[in-house]
Amino acid sequence: MSLQVNDLKVYYRTLAGDVKALDGATFSIADGEIMGLAGESGCGKSTLGNSLIRLDGRMKYVGGSVTLDGAEMPIWDKQAMVPFRFREVSVVPQYAMSAMNPTRKIGVMIGELVESRGLPYKQIKVELGRRIDVVGLTQDVLKRYPIELSGGMKQRMVMVISTLLNPSLLIADEITSALDVSTQRAVAETLVSFRDHGFVKSMMVITHDISILYQISDSILIMYAGKLAEKAATSRIIQSPMHPYTQMLVASLPEVGVRYVDKKLTGIPGSPPSLLTPPTGCRFRARCPLAYAKCAEEPPFVEVEPDHSVACWKVPGPNA
Amino acid sequence: MLSLNRISKNYKIGTFGGKDFTAVRDVSFELAEGEVVSLIGESGSGKTTVGKMILKLIDISSGSIVLDGVDVSTVKGKDVKGYYRQVQGVFQDPFSSYNPIFKADRVFSLIRVEYFPEMARSEWDDKVEAAVRAVTLDPGQVLNKYPHQLSGGQLQRLLVARALLLDLKVLVADEIISMLDASTRIDVLNLLADLKSRGMGILFITHDLSLGNYISEKTVILRHGVIVEMGATEKVFGNPTHPYTRMLISSVPQLHKKWAQIESELAAPIAGRGGCLFHEAYPLAGRTADSKDDPTLAKIEDNHFVGCFELESEKTARVA
Repeated sequence: MSLQVNDLKVYYRTLAGDVKALDGATFSIADGEIMGLAGESGCGKSTLGNSLIRLDGRMKYVGGSVTLDGAEMPIWDKQAMVPFRFREVSVVPQYAMSAMNPTRKIGVMIGELVESRGLPYKQIKVELGRRIDVVGLTQDVLKRYPIELSGGMKQRMVMVISTLLNPSLLIADEITSALDVSTQRAVAETLVSFRDHGFVKSMMVITHDISILYQISDSILIMYAGKLAEKAATSRIIQSPMHPYTQMLVASLPEVGVRYVDKKLTGIPGSPPSLLTPPTGCRFRARCPLAYAKCAEEPPFVEVEPDHSVACWKVPGPNA
Repeated sequence: MLSLNRISKNYKIGTFGGKDFTAVRDVSFELAEGEVVSLIGESGSGKTTVGKMILKLIDISSGSIVLDGVDVSTVKGKDVKGYYRQVQGVFQDPFSSYNPIFKADRVFSLIRVEYFPEMARSEWDDKVEAAVRAVTLDPGQVLNKYPHQLSGGQLQRLLVARALLLDLKVLVADEIISMLDASTRIDVLNLLADLKSRGMGILFITHDLSLGNYISEKTVILRHGVIVEMGATEKVFGNPTHPYTRMLISSVPQLHKKWAQIESELAAPIAGRGGCLFHEAYPLAGRTADSKDDPTLAKIEDNHFVGCFELESEKTARVA
């Protein structure tokens, strides 16, 4: 078990009170697993990703634990997290295209970065060159400034830098959203090749685009309004999801081949609840066509069959 | 109803405008009443430029846009207002289309001041309410609210409602659902389909092939400002012929097919002789990139045109 997260709660401090963006998440990622994390904007998926790396000033650790390769990560303590970041857990941020220092040549910047971690640049240079080949860039990128690279190239370069020290877990936050379709595919396939080459052990791919996840991930975790809704193998989530939210979400996705004239897709009526004062019970209750009296109680996120966990009272299994 | 005849857009770039940059070259297509044409292209393909030229936001360098027999570029001065009564646009980012200081429904009152100063208050309120209902929103929920109190989908639909207040014939929808969540984007898409059935012509500009495929009758694929393939949607998607179209379709992440499978289904691209703008980036064989002539669009079947030198010999009709 590479990553184990137990009842993790992270809130945002605002003047109006705490925004419960991540309200009790329990899940695990196995060695070599690429887990996709999907949901609507504001469901807490980026909060979950960020909290494993760095809590910024507005974020408040409320409770729960995170264990990576058997060692507990002190995510509530910025200073104590320093030895973990980059070496054990690394991130490819959403803004990867502007993540590099514009005033340094890329090679110089990488040198400064690894030396700040106490590694001589020479030691990693050969490996760096090899990885640049893997992502399909040429060696002379190291002599160039970030501005000379296209968006997709920068994205891939940042991926190389992030994984240089072979972290155990890589968090990729919406890295394909700002790219063209053809570049999107190249970047997504690079992620998979990183896992296959053993540059990273396991991965958490955060995106709102479920069809990308279908292409690259082994399992998908769906979040709704700060809670986990469903986690299962990718094919299970796409073909036979159990949580009503997942069902409606997957059914609302247009794809090549589906046309309005043949099959009218429908969205999910209503909008997600405010996380400042989230409703009691199931948070999807107000939009759910199956909701009944029991939904006023909060459904637990339980395993209903091997490797398939759902938080819904309507799903037959241990809940029923 | 609206026809574009070989429109081009040149920009002066470089020091003192010494160089010419052609953003759009010789683009021609027609938009009929009750029809959705999707204009698909990657970033930099000039798709937004085409939309802006139709909306008279930028000038046309050569060619003409004709709406119901009137050349749009001759519409000047007071007549422009009459043109905007018939043609309106909705853009990508709903949040920046509103002034956050004022209530969202100010966009409606601005229309009233400009176009319907004579109309009685009650009559106007009824008109607004009808328009808001037409975009499947509840007036009580969305009127009299500030932009931050509404969701992206609601704001985007209000902008469509604003366009509906006029005697609209053509709606230019430029990436209007890219910023929306999966659960709400399909509602906006269905709304467009509903407007289409009421006789409106919609130019749906997008980079997402699956969305274009879902809603449109006609598809135009643009690359580097040049049309590479266009025709009836089911023909372009059912029988993609240009290597670029094939590349795009094979890169779209799909929900029930993996990339490798799609690729094997689309047989190897037809060997080209090279020379068109596509081959600069994807040289298949033959000529170098210095040749500036583009292949003309060849008719390969009813309602399906492809611009590729490989097809020139079989060319049966020239579309200009």
